[in-house]
Parts: sequence; C-alpha cells; structure tokens
Amino acid sequence: MAAAPQTLDELARAEAPRATWLSAVSGFVRQRPLGAVGAAIIVLVLVLAVTAGWIAPYDPLMNDYAAMLAAPSAGHWLGTDAFGRDVLSRIIYGSRTALTVGLGASLIGTTLGSLIGVASAYFGGRVDLVVQRVMDVFFAFPVIILALAVVAILGTGAGNVILAIATPMVPRCARVVRSSALTVREMPYVDAARASGYGHARIILRHMLPNVMAPILIMGTAFLGEAILLEASLSFLGLGVQEPTAAWGLMLRGAAVEFAETAPWMAIFPGLAISLAVFGFNLFGDSLRDALDPRLRTQ
Amino acid sequence: MGRYILKRLLAMVPTLIGVAVLIFLLLRVIPGDVVEARYLSQGSQFQSQDLMDIERAKLGLDKPLWKQFTSWMTGLARLDFGVSMWTDAPITQEIKLRFALSLQLALMASTIATLLAIPLGILAAFKQDTWVDYAVRVFSIAGLATPSFWLGSLMILAMLVVFKWVPPMVFTPLWVNPWDNLAQLIWPAMAVGYRYCAVGTRMMRSTMLEVLREDYIRTARAKGLWMKLILTRHALKNAILPVLTVISTEFAFLLGGLVVTEQVFNLNGLGMLFVEGISHRDYTLIQALVMLVATAFLTVNFVVDIAYGWIDPRIRYR
Repeated sequence: MAAAPQTLDELARAEAPRATWLSAVSGFVRQRPLGAVGAAIIVLVLVLAVTAGWIAPYDPLMNDYAAMLAAPSAGHWLGTDAFGRDVLSRIIYGSRTALTVGLGASLIGTTLGSLIGVASAYFGGRVDLVVQRVMDVFFAFPVIILALAVVAILGTGAGNVILAIATPMVPRCARVVRSSALTVREMPYVDAARASGYGHARIILRHMLPNVMAPILIMGTAFLGEAILLEASLSFLGLGVQEPTAAWGLMLRGAAVEFAETAPWMAIFPGLAISLAVFGFNLFGDSLRDALDPRLRTQ
Repeated sequence: MGRYILKRLLAMVPTLIGVAVLIFLLLRVIPGDVVEARYLSQGSQFQSQDLMDIERAKLGLDKPLWKQFTSWMTGLARLDFGVSMWTDAPITQEIKLRFALSLQLALMASTIATLLAIPLGILAAFKQDTWVDYAVRVFSIAGLATPSFWLGSLMILAMLVVFKWVPPMVFTPLWVNPWDNLAQLIWPAMAVGYRYCAVGTRMMRSTMLEVLREDYIRTARAKGLWMKLILTRHALKNAILPVLTVISTEFAFLLGGLVVTEQVFNLNGLGMLFVEGISHRDYTLIQALVMLVATAFLTVNFVVDIAYGWIDPRIRYR
C-alpha cells in the first residue's frame, strides 16, 4: 500500500474524484441498465476500431488462396470469404469504416441541420417560411433515394458516402431543432443580446445554439445508428464504400449471396456486426433521450 | 372543413413543384446522360460526337433546360408522363406492374407492423419497467438495428436449407394466382415489417405512457373499471394518433424506398426500377418515379391530417 494520506483534506482529494466517477457509472448502470448495455457495445466497437491493427488476427486484405471459403476453425474463427480473406479480421477493420461514416455523416448532418434550424427560428417571418418550404421538398424524398441521387452525382467512396448520408439528415435535424429554437427565441436573454447590439451570427451561435443542445445531441446519436445502416445498404448495392476496403455492408454482397448455402458464415457474421453496433447506438441514444428530455422521462 | 381541405390540397402544389425542380436539376448534375450510358452498355466507348448529338436531339436533350422543364411540366399537368428515354415505352406501362408489386408489399408490411406494434406497445407501457417492458424494448430496438436486407437474406437462407425453396425470378400478380403471389411476398413483407413494427411499437409505448398518467385514467381505475376496458376505450383512443402518423408516413416511403430488400428477394419493384433508371440516366423515368413517391407521401400526410379531426373530435380545422 502507498503512503497513507495524512490529513482529512488529503484523503478527500485522493478519494473524491475516483469515488464520484465510479458512483456515476454504477448509478447509470442501475438506473438505465439498457443504456449501460448500449454504452458497453459502443465502447467495444470503438476499441475494435482503434486497436484493429493489433487485435485483428490477419491482414484484412490478405488473400489466402489455400483457404478460400474455409469454414470457421481455430485458424480462422469466423471462416474466410471467396478470396480467402479472414472474415473476423474484415469485421474488425470494418468497424473503422462504420464508425468513420457514421460519425462523419451524423456530425455534418446535425451541424448543418441545427444551424439551419436555429437560423430559421431566429429570423422568422419570410426567411422561416422559405426555409420550411424547402425542407418540405426534401422531406418528400425517401431517405435512400436522396442518398442514391447524391452518390450518383458525387461518385462512390467513403467521403462521398458520408455526404450522401448526411444530406437527408439535414432537413430532419433542422425541423426538430427549429421547433426547440422557437421557444428559445422568445427568451428575455435573446432580446437582451439584441438590445446590446450583438450581431445575428453571435446571437445564433453563442446564445441560442447552446440552449438547444439537448435535441441536437438526441438527433446526433439517433443518426449515428441510422448512418451505419444506410452505409451498409449503399455498400450492399455496390454504391457505397468500394472493394477492397473492409466494410460490413460490402461483405454481405456478391460472393456472400452466391455461396450463402455452402458458406453461410459470410452472410451471417457481418450482418450480426451491423445489427449489434446499431443496436448499441440505439440503446444508448434512447437512454440519452430519456435523460435529456424531461418530457419523455420515465419515472 | 371543406375550406381546410381545399387549402391543404392547394398547399401541396408548391411542394410538388419544388420536388420537380429539385429532381430535375439533381439528374442533370449527375455526370453522363442516357445516350452515353447506352453506348457504354453496348461496349463502344468511342462514338462520334455528331452521332451522339443527333441521338440527344431526338430525345430533346439539346434544348435549353428551362424548355425541357416546361415541356415536362405541361405534360405532367395533363397527367402525361411521357416515354422512358431508355426503352422508349410509355412510362405508365413501365411503372404499372412494379407499382402493383410495391403497393402490395407496402400494404402487407404495414398490416403486419400495425397488428404487432399496437398490442406490443400497449403491453410494454402497461408493464413499464418490468421484464415484459424490457423484452419488448429490446425486441423493437433490435428491429431498428437489423438491416431488413440482411434479415431477408437469412430468411431466404433458412428456407433454402429447410424447404429447398428459392425465391422465384418473376412476379406473380395477385389477380393471376393469389396463392403464389402471397407465398412470394410474405417473406419480404415480414423482413420489412419487423423494422417498421419496431418504429410503431416505440411510438405506441411512449404515447401510451403519457396517457396512462392522465387524471381521467386514475378516475377510471378508481371507479373500478376493468383495466382492459380502460386501456382499449380510454387510453388507446388518446394515444393512437401519433402512432398513426408514424405508420402512415413510413408506408408512403415503403413504396419507393425498398431498394435493397427488393434486390435481395429478386423483386422488380419501384425501388429496383429507381436504381436501374439512375444507372441508365433515364431522366424521364426517374422524374416520374420521384413525383409518384412524393405525391404518395403528401397524399398520405393529407389523409392523416384529415383523419386526425375525424378520430379526435377536439381537433377542429379552420
């Protein structure tokens, strides 16, 4: 044991932060067990993505022509695909693609959406009307069709897929944020800021935006899971991330369909990875919404 | 009421025009056009520019954009969708059978979803924070997390192994052979319906939770009414509106948004047609499809709004 703390003050300083951190975690686990499970899954996916280089048993791009379509075994835990690539390693590396696209799309979508939403509520009147009509137009498109159109324009590849997925998110985020911002706009401190002669940009960014963070965070986490699903769909169609990059939706395509009967591991495990990751984000997002939105709080 | 309906119908027009402008421009921004796509598909990349220009002139692609747009609009106003740039067949003919398929699939999926979502949502809310509630929530969040195309692949795989059943290559319309038709569509309807049911269940649960805390529910319980009666008569009526909105909005999107599921089940629906149209740069076809889906979406929204007033007499329109 290390030197015992000498004074009460020292004791408090040594123990307090650790105790509160631990109790905060255990409190969260006890109060929101489902949210804790979600958080654990998210941490797992994050760890996989960060440490992929160390923990993946094989190079995700390496072809082992001696072991093509090999069944799960001690050498290849989840089997290999039609090119002799290790499925487990590709799933581990695939978490990078999923997280990059998910985080990127949700960040761009919510940032643009909330700026438009807050600005629309702040300026009101004719600006608000025009913005809302334009959003209505985007709303009338199914999400995947809008994403497909953007991919057709920009081309495939991870960066373009992020933009394609972010596009349909912008109007949805803008609508939700606008309705929260409408009440914030009526607050006395916004009037005070205007009376003090602050510019529009400053009021929007410094005074209104921080006060609608709750719905923005909620939308952001909800979008994360959706973005991962949408990336998988686009990649499955061959219109998302391109071979040979490891991506979960891509792994379900082509040979996985062709050899589904003889090599079902190719069709099963990447899909499980998608479902588990999105499941984790959704569980966590739900708990976050319960915690941040008092109207939806369950007792 | 009549005035309100008229006002709502008229409000759809600017949105539809906006959709038309947006898709018209988006398509023209996509690199390449139908003439290039056709030559590429024939394997001859090096066609003379003059020949391609002649082809383009035939399709009216050489005219200025505003002229192309106005001639499309005047056609639409007379409900004339024109001909497909790729096949030269009238678009109504191209879409007809696929629309029937997509509509039937959407209807089946939403029936499955509604029948599951409402009882599950009520159950979860009524048994809040018990294992029943947790089970329903996990079931529904898993539904949101499972890609329906993957679920579909697993279904096909399971049936291939168990029954040696392979999804048929051609679509049998309901009026030709109802049995074959249902056997073909029930699986994709279930794969899609699960996700869709999850959305409905969550909404049903949260609105039900709100309603169950109302004073009149307490009064009803204090009177000694059966819980079953309270749930169905008092609570459901007040909690169902947002669920209807969610279910019907999703329904409109199912019409054109099942791109991936259709691919997995070998179904030639509107979603597949959309992907084909994009790769062929078939402007007229895509434009017609998008207008169709957008109109369906707006119409469903309109019907739901009207239905609100009918279901909930407290809502009055002016």
